[in-house]
Amino acid sequence: MNPLGLFAVAGSVLLAPLFLGVVNRTKAAFAGRAGQPLFQLYFDLAKAARKGAVYSRTATWVFRLAPLGSLAAALTALLLLPQGGFPAVLSFPGDFVALIFVLATARFLMVIASLDVGSSFEGMGASREVAFSALAEPVLLLCLAVAAREAGRGSLSGIIGSVTGGDWQRTGPALVLVAASLLAILLAENARIPVDDPNTHLELTMIHEVMILDHGGPDLALLLYGAALKLWILGALLTGLLLPGRTGSPLLDGLIFLAGMLVLAVVIGVIESTIARLRLHRVPQFLVGAGAFAVMALALIMR
Amino acid sequence: MQALLDALMVLLTFTNLRLLGLSRLNASIRTVAAQGVLLGLVALAAHAGHWSGRILLIAAVGIAVKGVAFPLLLFRALRAAKIRREVEPFVGYIPSVLAGVAAFLISLWVAARLPLPGRPASDLIVPTALSTMLVGLLVIVSRKKALSQAIGYLVFENGIYIFGVGVAYEAPALVEMGILLDVFVAVFVMGIIVFHISREFDSIDTTRLATLKE
Repeated sequence: MNPLGLFAVAGSVLLAPLFLGVVNRTKAAFAGRAGQPLFQLYFDLAKAARKGAVYSRTATWVFRLAPLGSLAAALTALLLLPQGGFPAVLSFPGDFVALIFVLATARFLMVIASLDVGSSFEGMGASREVAFSALAEPVLLLCLAVAAREAGRGSLSGIIGSVTGGDWQRTGPALVLVAASLLAILLAENARIPVDDPNTHLELTMIHEVMILDHGGPDLALLLYGAALKLWILGALLTGLLLPGRTGSPLLDGLIFLAGMLVLAVVIGVIESTIARLRLHRVPQFLVGAGAFAVMALALIMR
Repeated sequence: MQALLDALMVLLTFTNLRLLGLSRLNASIRTVAAQGVLLGLVALAAHAGHWSGRILLIAAVGIAVKGVAFPLLLFRALRAAKIRREVEPFVGYIPSVLAGVAAFLISLWVAARLPLPGRPASDLIVPTALSTMLVGLLVIVSRKKALSQAIGYLVFENGIYIFGVGVAYEAPALVEMGILLDVFVAVFVMGIIVFHISREFDSIDTTRLATLKE
């Protein structure tokens, strides 16, 4: 237990929706629009939280459990993640596997909830989500394994932030490959372009959006917030793995980390503005490509 | 310089994988063009600090021929043949990418055991060179269109070029220029052949060439 890490958790809880705001503003700037306010997601969450929820007659308690459960899982994952100069609240050897497990639990709850509601449409979304995440998850594990091997530690606290300028000199190629792979996984896991378009409501193309169609009011707010947290978590993982050096002061490190997250949000916005969404049957190829990078990085590290 | 060279090697490996996963031919040609430019930069980076006229010539000719001339020729052949993409290759795109990764792993294994006359400028040069050659061979045998096979041939030669500039410092410039000329002629001839095949058979699918025998 490290109570200092609670500051980082509190910061993430507050700032996660803002991350999406930056992504959306970047996309708007590319399209020549003024775009939504930076804090739009906060307004959306507040609006949805004030409304009442409507439940289908076929839905059971599983459907009501999913939003709470997935948000709880995301918060648990935050406890495991060291950010900036702040240590993780909980840290033990092999906790990166636990992080992936917790994120998978959130997905599992969402998938069974979308099956529970009894709509064939949502079932289709669930099947797509599971099919793609089955490919994305091993790659994420592989990336973290490479990072663990590089750092020579088995826990996220040792892995994240251990990269130094010297490491970039020595194992730069492997780090670049891992970064590319993690970025691809981040886009796939969070239903961003080129895997899924967060803005479409076109039934043939969407994955994540389908599964939350029948949730309304506070449930929808919890799901949207959970999705924002998940994006933040994977983004923090990527930023933490790449940023070299530690100044020693948690506050300064935290600011550097936030600057890194800002850059990442802009990068995601640029990617989404410049790349078209892949056709659905090309998505596995995209994920296999990410896996190929991770395998090559592992080979370079183990050499 | 080591870091820059390593970065170039990663980019080259990336172009290799991209080539294996692409079906559209114009994107493939552009990827090969990027690879050609990267090769010229590799030649410069591998000999940083002691650039001689020979290295500058090799790099300049490499970029001009592999990065500009070949792609233009291939684009011309593409326009003449009126095709857009490789359809139904013998080996699918995902297996191709996996085979590319396997080729990289094998190259790493072989490179660690390959006795070399001198120490190359970067540990990654030999594995990248070998894997580029393997990827070139893979493209040649696994794709059906004559144009894709020409691209595979080019990639194969790119692997030899990496090996040459990275390891064989002493190879005379004349030999390297000779190889480059060979490849130039080969791609030129292939461009013409592609055009003729497409005019004769309305397709540049090489599997149809079997219909020649009566």
